Amino acid sequence: MGLLSLFRSKSSSASLAKERLQLVIAHERTNRGSPSYLPMMKQDIVSVIRKYVEIDEDEVQVSMESDENCELLELNITLPQFGAGGTEDNGDIKG
Amino acid sequence: MSKIIVVTSGKGGVGKTTTSASIATGLAQRGFKTCVIDFDVGLRNLDLIMGCERRVVYDLVNLVNQEASLQQTLIKDKRVDNLYILPASQTRDKDALTIEGVARVIHKLKQNEFDYIICDSPAGIEKGAKMALYFADEAIITTNPEVSSVRDSDRILGILQSESRRAKMDEEPVKEHLLITRYNPNRVQEGQMLSVDDIVDLLAIPLLGIIPESQAVLEASNAGKPVILDDESNAGQAYNDAIARLLGEERPHRFMEAQKKGFLKRLFG
Repeated sequence: MGLLSLFRSKSSSASLAKERLQLVIAHERTNRGSPSYLPMMKQDIVSVIRKYVEIDEDEVQVSMESDENCELLELNITLPQFGAGGTEDNGDIKG
Repeated sequence: MSKIIVVTSGKGGVGKTTTSASIATGLAQRGFKTCVIDFDVGLRNLDLIMGCERRVVYDLVNLVNQEASLQQTLIKDKRVDNLYILPASQTRDKDALTIEGVARVIHKLKQNEFDYIICDSPAGIEKGAKMALYFADEAIITTNPEVSSVRDSDRILGILQSESRRAKMDEEPVKEHLLITRYNPNRVQEGQMLSVDDIVDLLAIPLLGIIPESQAVLEASNAGKPVILDDESNAGQAYNDAIARLLGEERPHRFMEAQKKGFLKRLFG
């Protein structure tokens, strides 16, 4: 560390790079083994649920895990709290 | 029995061709009959790095299409015995390659008793890159200490683990080696560059070598001479160490320490 570098910004950009990479690589690894139809299937599931309940795409999580002899499809859907949305309460009839 | 090694990275410009040229040359110097194949069909460059660009007559696509024989296509290196270059085609594109076609070429090389077949992969994760890695027994993942390169290396590792022949045939997985290129210890010390430990941590594969950033690499490619032949240079010596480790020798990693600065430099940074 030189004398002048004391006056420069000290935060290390390499450690920031490492943190960002840890996150993105971990995320990409979880998606790695999943079959290519998974995103499309997720879309379809979302549109079926939307026929009945208004949900965000982020509120559906689809993951595929495989054990020794079986594949497990995990579907996690967060529904909005009943009555919290308010659209049903104001009496509008939606077509 | 021939061993097939792919040099790959996902990202472009990290040193795949430089590495392929030096690894192939190093193996041949140690007496192994070695062929290095340029899979970058349409963007041929290995011939320039190896300095045989004026001797190319036939190419990989001619061989795949059975328009030329192996003997006609292979270029014998003039400096190192046992070293042969199989250039890519410059006029075709990657669709000219098929698994069956590449399999025929590999089979012919095996019949001709090559000990090592080095596959220089094109950048990307498309057909050319997948062809280059399909038959691999081992893979050298070339990575720069930089975010996009590390991420792309992880991506290509995923493809090796799912789309290589070994993965598809449920055989023992492709053996993975990490080669860090363009490493600058001074910038690592100053916290501006990912360190060897950071990259090994992130990618979690065994380290084959660290090639320091070096003027010698550019000079070697200017001259069409694999940098491993420049045994005065750090980069050349680092490739030599990598060859030794590839062959199972234990060697301590070098060129990781920052160079000591002079008094004035230390004072003024």
